[in-house]
Amino acid sequence: METIILFAPLVGALICGFGWRLIGEKAGQVITTSLVFLAAALSWYIFLTFDGETQQIVLMRWIESGTLGSEWAIRLDRLTAIMLVVITTVSALVHLYSFGYMAHDENWREGEHYKARFFAYLSFFTFAMLMLVTADNLIQMFFGWEGVGVASYLLIGFYYRKPSANAAAIKAFVVNRVGDFGFALGIFALFYLTDSIRFDDIFAAAPQLAETNLTFLWSEWNAANLVGILLFIGAMGKSAQLFLHTWLPDAMEGPTPVSALIHAATMVTAGVFLVVRMSPLYEYAPQAAAFITVLGAITAFFAGSVGMVQNDIKRVIAYSTCSNLGFMFVAAGIGAYPVAMFHLFTHAFFKALLFLGAGSVITATHHEQDMRNYGGLRKKIPFTYWTMMIGTLAASGVGIPLTQYGFAGFLSKDAIVESAWVGSGFAFWVLLAAAGMGSFYSWRLLFLTFFGTSRAHDNGHDHHDHAGAVHEVPDAHGADDHGHEPRESSMTMLIPLGVLALGAVFAGMIWYKVFFGDEAKMRSWFGMEPVAVAEEGATAAPETALGTTSEPAASTAAEAEAPVVEGNAAAAGTGGTATVAAAPETAPGTAEPGAVPAAGVAPKGAVLILPFTPEEQAAAKARLGVDEAAGGDPPANIIAAAHEVPKWVKVSPFVAMLIGLGLAWLFYIRDPSLPRRLAAQQRPLYLFLLNKWYFDELYDWVFVRPAKWLGGFLWKKGDGSIIDGSLNGVAMGLIPALTRLAGRAQSGYLFHYAFAMVLGIVALVTWMTLFGGAK
Amino acid sequence: MMDNQLLSIITFLPLVAALILALFMRGDDAAARAGAKWLALFTTSATFVISLFVLFRFDPSNTGFQFVEERQWILGLTYRMGVDGISILFVMLTTFLMPITIWSCWGVETRVKEYMIAFLVLETLMLGVFMALDLVLFYLFFEAGLIPMFLIIGIWGGKDRIYAAFKFFLYTFLGSVLMLVAMIVMYFDAGTTDITKLLVHDFGSETFSLLGIQVVGGLQTMLFLAFFASFAVKLPMWPVHTWLPDAHVQAPTAGSVVLAAILLKLGGYGFLRFSLPMFPVGSEVMAPLVLWLSAIAIVYTSLVALAQTDMKKLIAYSSVAHMGYVTMGIFAVNQQGVDGAIFQMLSHGFISGALFLCVGVIYDRMHTREIDAYGGLVNRMPAYALVFMFFTMANVGLPGTSGFVGEFLTLTGIFQANTWVAAVATTGVILSAAYALWLYRRVVLGDLIKEALRSITDMDRREKAIFAPLIAMTLILGIYPSLVTDIIGPSVGALVADYEAAQPAEGLALKEGTTE
Repeated sequence: METIILFAPLVGALICGFGWRLIGEKAGQVITTSLVFLAAALSWYIFLTFDGETQQIVLMRWIESGTLGSEWAIRLDRLTAIMLVVITTVSALVHLYSFGYMAHDENWREGEHYKARFFAYLSFFTFAMLMLVTADNLIQMFFGWEGVGVASYLLIGFYYRKPSANAAAIKAFVVNRVGDFGFALGIFALFYLTDSIRFDDIFAAAPQLAETNLTFLWSEWNAANLVGILLFIGAMGKSAQLFLHTWLPDAMEGPTPVSALIHAATMVTAGVFLVVRMSPLYEYAPQAAAFITVLGAITAFFAGSVGMVQNDIKRVIAYSTCSNLGFMFVAAGIGAYPVAMFHLFTHAFFKALLFLGAGSVITATHHEQDMRNYGGLRKKIPFTYWTMMIGTLAASGVGIPLTQYGFAGFLSKDAIVESAWVGSGFAFWVLLAAAGMGSFYSWRLLFLTFFGTSRAHDNGHDHHDHAGAVHEVPDAHGADDHGHEPRESSMTMLIPLGVLALGAVFAGMIWYKVFFGDEAKMRSWFGMEPVAVAEEGATAAPETALGTTSEPAASTAAEAEAPVVEGNAAAAGTGGTATVAAAPETAPGTAEPGAVPAAGVAPKGAVLILPFTPEEQAAAKARLGVDEAAGGDPPANIIAAAHEVPKWVKVSPFVAMLIGLGLAWLFYIRDPSLPRRLAAQQRPLYLFLLNKWYFDELYDWVFVRPAKWLGGFLWKKGDGSIIDGSLNGVAMGLIPALTRLAGRAQSGYLFHYAFAMVLGIVALVTWMTLFGGAK
Repeated sequence: MMDNQLLSIITFLPLVAALILALFMRGDDAAARAGAKWLALFTTSATFVISLFVLFRFDPSNTGFQFVEERQWILGLTYRMGVDGISILFVMLTTFLMPITIWSCWGVETRVKEYMIAFLVLETLMLGVFMALDLVLFYLFFEAGLIPMFLIIGIWGGKDRIYAAFKFFLYTFLGSVLMLVAMIVMYFDAGTTDITKLLVHDFGSETFSLLGIQVVGGLQTMLFLAFFASFAVKLPMWPVHTWLPDAHVQAPTAGSVVLAAILLKLGGYGFLRFSLPMFPVGSEVMAPLVLWLSAIAIVYTSLVALAQTDMKKLIAYSSVAHMGYVTMGIFAVNQQGVDGAIFQMLSHGFISGALFLCVGVIYDRMHTREIDAYGGLVNRMPAYALVFMFFTMANVGLPGTSGFVGEFLTLTGIFQANTWVAAVATTGVILSAAYALWLYRRVVLGDLIKEALRSITDMDRREKAIFAPLIAMTLILGIYPSLVTDIIGPSVGALVADYEAAQPAEGLALKEGTTE
């Protein structure tokens, strides 16, 4: 079944991409869409029935060289199951939506075929993304990683006649390659350290990596931290985190369904998936994890700040995506991996919804993307309005504080903020600010688009100062622009909106408990060791370890805890001497349930959450104000601690949302002239934000221009003057002379030269053999 | 009976066809031209089919030479041929690509007979290099191979063909002179020219003083350097690479294909056949230098590729960068590195060959290689755009194509040897994406506005058929690389093991003291 899910989109892509001339474009579209729907149905079946036990299905051998071995294989665990439903569901809906969206595209001339190509690309992307999430080793993951990169490149540049689309496509690919540079080095380092690139072997070796030093470039590094950071550089590229984020806004050049599928719901979350997948490593790489937390938080803030002033509807949502990815990375960085996955899961629904809704708006307004030219669309396209409203409610995090009732984003975002409060005070405050800004731009988008009066006609199309505006059809504002009223999109576009709206409402509430709300359920859902039965087991662990060593030495901790948990069934058989293990999948459970895994065995379950080290626990105790004397239990790990945060922390994101909503209302409903005045008053800040902190300009000056200049310089001076001029000056002196000799001659003379050369060689060889033979 | 002549049959079958053409083919009418082409195509195809027998009967677990032939020859020389896990796939690469190459020059109408003769002779000589098990024989094949290529560039080339042909010839020839001297020294030292014996001969590695310079690794280092001069030019390595872009630009399409796909590999093969196994100590002494030259080559030529305005030059520079991975992998001297290097050479054979064919397709139509003369080809040439995209991505090293496997393995190998070189070389993945996609964008994408391109036609059946086997190989090796690594693995393993065993146990520095 897993195999069918994986290959159905590939089959669809091949049939549609190569066979549409035979079967017709329409048939190609129907086949790809049906196959992806099939994959989606099967994925949901797996998601709902999966028991949490990791399964591995080997398909075929792949790269093998000496001790390096890898297979094409499917790893099925909870992480994979979550990603399967996210990918196939959104992909299926986007396929369906594209029937309507791509039906008439003014970028193409009459009679040109582009639909089959589009659907084939979409399905190919789906296949590559599935390969990424089902990978059982790092290079298959890299295969998917690059595969989605290519699909993204092809789809961003789908309108290949547009120079801006082509430039954006290259930018996306090359910036991602910068990330891949780190990812690749991380893989090389892991192979060097563990002699394997299979996940199980790497996970099993992770505790040792924490105590290994590796000489890399100019310095000695802690192996786990180094690898953690290198892999994260890859994640930064794919997930558009700060410094490698510049491609994502430009990627909006692609058709809108692409933005929804690739640049919101699935591909950009691959980086988060990578970090969560490697959780057994990051649990032993505290500095790398801290780096992820800080960078994620800053990205959330940066993207939020830029998103507030953009005018292009798709770019606003793109920055919102970037910001939300930052939230996910914070969750992953502080070790709350299920929470990161929770937000990834809910985000896929409401962000895809917002993008597809934006696509519906764009279609209705005849390819207008500048929000300043919208307004008052509420009545004209009511279905789109209501679904967008749901998306905004979910994205900004509306719900009932202190309960588990709310839109999808409310539950998942709040879970992140709460975890962040335990894990990192810095991240907590930054995320709070980002949440406020996120609420502001989400509501701003809604108000500008659907409320007020239509600005479609009164606004002179003064595109000179629309620094950030992207237009799919630059000259679409012609006579026909004024002739048509906005009208609702076709059913194929509205049905996906409706389905996603359901997800945006209910996805959070339904799955809150298994992702975050109930630790015991979460553990069994993710297939982890169950939570410690004996409470003292959890408390004893850090304290015992405290007496011996401050390092999280796996075997020490396990030995110390063994007696405490004797009664636990899962611990039977291994005791405190779990040092050698058989095959990972048959390895017996570890000594302390849900705690430190035994050395040399991959931890059970889809993610690993280590119990707090003594220092972490002390810090958490202080933050939470647990009073042990009064009978309070110190929290055992990040998830448990996040449940114990004070009420004001739990309410804070809601307050931030309200502030953002209030400001947006003030700016765009109450007093629409306020933004303009504020922008004029704070012009430098406004320009700084409007120009996205000037990252593009900076990179152009620091990387792009020097590289081009250096290339030309090395070519003309290096190859031309230095190498040809001096190093091989002798040879080069000879050539002109010989050329002159041959200049007058017809090419027939070359045969004579050649003959002379043969004679020369023969003479040399003869001399050599005779001379040699004489000895 | 057949078995011990199989290699000779493969090697000399093309030469026989060349002789037939030279002696019996008269006239220059259309029929004669077609006849010459068909004969060449038939012969090269037959050669490929016969070589498949060798491949199927080859035993990868045997790390020694197989199908060995040996007989006395003129002047007391011995004719000795054989293949092992390292050489067999280069033989296959050659026999596989030659029919494609021949078929790709179906449109040539000047001096067709001679053109075909040149390619047929070239095939014989290249195959000979990969199979020769005698120094003299190797040298003959190796050097003589220059001549047909020299003629192909010099006669059927572009505007500055004479300059390029001489530059090509002089660079590679001067490099080889030192190798010839080294071969003579080897003969004196070992008393034989039998490569199988030389492989186990222990060339001196005691440090000695030459003109006041301490030569660590002694004779081995000297011999290594002499061979290095020849192979480094052939490959080519930075900074002796400048002949290659000129040669490629001037060479006709088929010439470029053979040059990039096969001739460059002679250098890499030479390192594996001679340098590493025969001079392990010398190699170890010089390895850091080679690694750094490789890393520089990757970054330098990739940057230069960014600045090119001529399609063929861009691809030529990209070739030099890819050969950088090869030398890097070889001199990492571990299983992954050397496996990767061989894989990269094979893969580059398909990919760069195909890229030059891609240029050829539009050159045949427009007669210019200037990037600026094109743009928007996708509008009229969708099939071409697809093929070019495929090979662009393969060139960039996309997983799932053979280009990835080679790059990945060599980099994995080098990381274990030197993380600095690994990090510098890995930046190549960024730069290669930049220049390759930039090229593709300027040639294929965009609107078709240039007047001259209005009536350009897509690839015809023959052109598509030429690319089909290359696409197939690139994909098959990318998805199931074990086809290659199973064959080369044991031989490479033995090579690496012998290399490590040959290193002085007490290290190179201590060895110095023992010479007094």
